[in-house]
Amino acid sequence: MRRVAVTGVGVVAPGSPGTKAFWELLTSGRTATRRISLFDVTGFRSQIGAECDFDAITLGLSPQERARMDRYVQFATVAAREAVSESELDLADVPSERVAVAMGTAVGGTTRLEEDYVSVSDGGRRWIIDPHYARPFLYDALVPSALSDEIAVQFDAHGPTTLVSTGCTSGLDAIGTAYRLLVSGAADVVIAGAADSPISPISVACFDAIKATTARNDDPEHASRPFDRERDGFVIGEGAATLVLEDLDHARRRGAYIYCEVTGYATRSNAYHMTGLRPDGLEMSAAIDAAMSEARLDPSDIDYVNAHGSGTLQNDRHETAAVKRSLGHHAYSVPMSSIKSMVGHSLGAIGAIELAACVLAIDEGVIPPTANLEHPDPDCDLDYVPRVAREACVSHVLSVGSGFGGFQSAVTLSFERKDI
Amino acid sequence: MVTPDEAIVITGVAAVSALGSGKDKSWRGLLRGESGLSKITRFATDDFPVKVAGEVLDFDAAETIDRRLVVATDRWTQLALFATELALRDADVDLAAFDPDRVAVSTAAGSAGNEFGQREIEALWSRGPRAVTVYQSIAWFYAATTGQISIRNGSKGPSLVLAGGATAGLDVFGRAAWTLASDADIALVGGTEAPVSPYALACQLTSGRLSSSDDPTTAYQPFGRDANGYAVGEGGAMCVVERAAHCRGRGRRPLAVVSGHAASHDGRRSASDDAEVRGLGLCEAIQGALARAGVSGRQIDVVFADGAGSPDEDHAEVAAMRMALGDAARSVPVTVPRSATGRMEAAGGCFDVAIATSALVDQIIPPTVNVPLLAATSEIELVRSARPTALRHALVLARSNGGGNSALVLSTYE
Repeated sequence: MRRVAVTGVGVVAPGSPGTKAFWELLTSGRTATRRISLFDVTGFRSQIGAECDFDAITLGLSPQERARMDRYVQFATVAAREAVSESELDLADVPSERVAVAMGTAVGGTTRLEEDYVSVSDGGRRWIIDPHYARPFLYDALVPSALSDEIAVQFDAHGPTTLVSTGCTSGLDAIGTAYRLLVSGAADVVIAGAADSPISPISVACFDAIKATTARNDDPEHASRPFDRERDGFVIGEGAATLVLEDLDHARRRGAYIYCEVTGYATRSNAYHMTGLRPDGLEMSAAIDAAMSEARLDPSDIDYVNAHGSGTLQNDRHETAAVKRSLGHHAYSVPMSSIKSMVGHSLGAIGAIELAACVLAIDEGVIPPTANLEHPDPDCDLDYVPRVAREACVSHVLSVGSGFGGFQSAVTLSFERKDI
Repeated sequence: MVTPDEAIVITGVAAVSALGSGKDKSWRGLLRGESGLSKITRFATDDFPVKVAGEVLDFDAAETIDRRLVVATDRWTQLALFATELALRDADVDLAAFDPDRVAVSTAAGSAGNEFGQREIEALWSRGPRAVTVYQSIAWFYAATTGQISIRNGSKGPSLVLAGGATAGLDVFGRAAWTLASDADIALVGGTEAPVSPYALACQLTSGRLSSSDDPTTAYQPFGRDANGYAVGEGGAMCVVERAAHCRGRGRRPLAVVSGHAASHDGRRSASDDAEVRGLGLCEAIQGALARAGVSGRQIDVVFADGAGSPDEDHAEVAAMRMALGDAARSVPVTVPRSATGRMEAAGGCFDVAIATSALVDQIIPPTVNVPLLAATSEIELVRSARPTALRHALVLARSNGGGNSALVLSTYE
């Protein structure tokens, strides 16, 4: 069976862009959550976001690229360029039909769709909007394959290009797709990742309506509190992460630096409710079991669980139950943290950002903490690495995700695949 | 040659389009040479530059879906829920008899819940944040349809959503092979589209590929001399997909075999003026699909073409067919059934799979309508009236606006 290596990482996360700044934030335990500045949040219930300090031109995009690309595509392009550069892969050396792209996004061009909506509808006054006020490239905002198409054009990739849009598991599922593509032999290199820039009025309002987001507006830095008994919902975030995934033999032959391997992937559905979760976590546990089985990992092999940890009352309990079910008594000794405590929940992007954190955890031997965890919920009684990063030898990592529509996904990463 | 146990087979189909939403309505309408394109009725287009679309006029969600679910879903999801039910009946599958952990759902989405979203965003901007309903977070996003199908049918296996143009609609069928290899026994695969809302159409207009004709007979002429863009269509298809052994095991005969799939991207080639350069990616996808199917270009009996309806794109597609199929490209029958229904973004690929399946079962090629004259570059045998033909292998093609290409080989079940 073909093995899949991670040979490059690129991140545009809340706070400063770049992998280095991202890792520095995570290991410091600081948070990048603040009062939303991207638009005037007066009148909204949740007024907090995890925003990227991002200037497209400074980060290397041209004016036309900035005009053409929606914000989330800009993030993804910068992250992809960093990942490919870090991988030291010379794409000219790889047949272009063997280079594929797999990207994920939950809400795609929603920011641009909303910006233009205001003018075409004259502030919501007209159902029959005036198309003359629509800027060019708005088609790309409507159909989100614009993200994967852009990356394919940027790197002149001629292999299969996929856009996965499974809500909040899009990031895990896009990288899972890339993994499967490589295992199947359909490509030798896959530029894989996810991006979202949902911090705009309609998205904030839709989460307000179901009270999924935090209302801790007087204390934005401490508002994202996964597993804490004072938690009251997630902080909406934005960002992107890209990994270069490569056939392991291909990577070895060119002397690439190999961060780790992707060793397992599975996804299941809870078939229960579009937003609700049963407290037993059965289907998330089924996804975890399947991914671990594919990776040939026992519960005792797992050194770190990167949690979905969105900070809603129901998620954190659901996920704790799922992890206990799958890892048995080992659940009590495996460190498990949520970086959403620091970078918020960027919907489809976060799964890729979290996998980037997992890659770095393996590579650097440090487990990021769960920030703001002061008083754990009694129903959440595992080791969530409260507030302070922890040095550890990290060989095998499990990353889990869960999202609206009932999606439950799990990915395993290993420094080196077990039982070779 | 007998279809092997591990082959991926289509065992139930339900196509929904402007030709009709009920069982077999689209297929029978196509065979009669009908067109479902008409002046748009969903909103007043007097001052709007898009006038024609293929609307599913005989579908009323309230008749088939619980009121509480109608309120919480966009028309796009409602069409898919309806089609899923029809497809399950067509396959004679009662999901209660199967392990829910082994039932998977895969949909391809294009513009998703755009009309629902426009209502909600209008409420926000005209009345304020509190006017946004509790359903916005679950009704407009691309994954909503897969989520609702899985909940309604109790399916707990892997759920997938691919978003994009028609290529996503073929890719979900290609991906079914992975899912059915180990993670599931039954997959509900397909997609729908409901793009006839003012804002969604305005977005589509910016691609420069929509026709602004107000005459339903001239708004979509794939490979035609007077091709001037395309008309959008509502609808799509849902299918039931299994491994051959699983279908046989429950005493049913599969309808068709998904014998090969491949996909590619044009990358920077899409900027070229040369049709052969622009068609190279599709050519590679065709070659990949044929290789995986173990079928040569000469063995293809019919091509269900993408049919963009723009002269340059049509030319690129013809060039791709010629490069991939050689001399056979001039004589193999080519057809674009969506000329009668409108293009449905991702769901268009799914619709073509359902129609190609029906063609293989009934051994008849459905026609392309509204193309009285071919473009000089369209050196193809375009089928203009229903043609009974011995069919063994069908090639289904898809291209997306952003440079994606997909090809699928469907074969008769033996």
